[in-house]
Amino acid sequence: MAAPTDTAATEVQNTTGITPDTLAETLRTSDTLKASHVDIQDISGGCGQSFAAMIVSDAFQGKSALQRHRLVNGILKDEIKAIHAWTPRCLTGEQWEKEQAKSQ
Amino acid sequence: MLSRSLRTPALRGALSALLPSATASTILPRVSQSLLQTRLLSSEVKQAIDKAVASAPVVLFMKGTPETPQCGFSRTSIQILGLQGLDPTKFTAFNVLEDEELRSGIKEYSDWPTIPQLYVNKEFVGGCDILMQMHKDGSLAEMLSKNKLVVEEDAVDSDVEGQAAKEARATTEQSTGARSKDAKGESS
Repeated sequence: MAAPTDTAATEVQNTTGITPDTLAETLRTSDTLKASHVDIQDISGGCGQSFAAMIVSDAFQGKSALQRHRLVNGILKDEIKAIHAWTPRCLTGEQWEKEQAKSQ
Repeated sequence: MLSRSLRTPALRGALSALLPSATASTILPRVSQSLLQTRLLSSEVKQAIDKAVASAPVVLFMKGTPETPQCGFSRTSIQILGLQGLDPTKFTAFNVLEDEELRSGIKEYSDWPTIPQLYVNKEFVGGCDILMQMHKDGSLAEMLSKNKLVVEEDAVDSDVEGQAAKEARATTEQSTGARSKDAKGESS
């Protein structure tokens, strides 16, 4: 599944048109989410089909993991259909600060 | 270990049992026929999935089978359920790669864009990420033991009435707690 060369990887990305940047842009500009931090990684090893995300937003406050994912998945509905794998982590501002403090 | 997988013929059977009756198509005007068929198709799939979701207390829609998962996320989910000591007799897996209708239908049904998808007692729990998170924070062990879905080591003793049953239950609870701690250790 993974593209054998970088050139092939670029071609695949061109066909879906989805890159970490386009995903991040869609999330950052969402009014429902009002994300304070968005970080998207391509974890496909080059084929451009698998992404992991760290999304920080106070819109997640009081929501379960399932509800948080649903919120994000709703915003990226069309993009997620086109890719193979999507691994979001959804934290509130407070949780994100705690996590940052721990990793330092 | 989680080998009791129910394959798609079951779904197909459910589909063919739900063919539209003659009455419905004769009453309705011909012009809406094609529209009617698309609507019936999706409601057929919905009912078939209803049936699939209710086929066992724990149901996993995955890519591949529990023995040979075809995707890393499906494999991880199966491994987590195994680590949790899920009772195989209370588990069914559906391979979405065998049935394109199921593959697209389940995404719509659960309003969830990815596979695998886990249902416990007909309720959507989540995908691989959520399962992993629940595995790590202990809420999966709690949910499974609360619904009596883990293998009980002293199943015979717990059938005894009165004081003996209470003791057995206490033992089971302790061992379930210990198991969830072990599982956490392995994943981190």
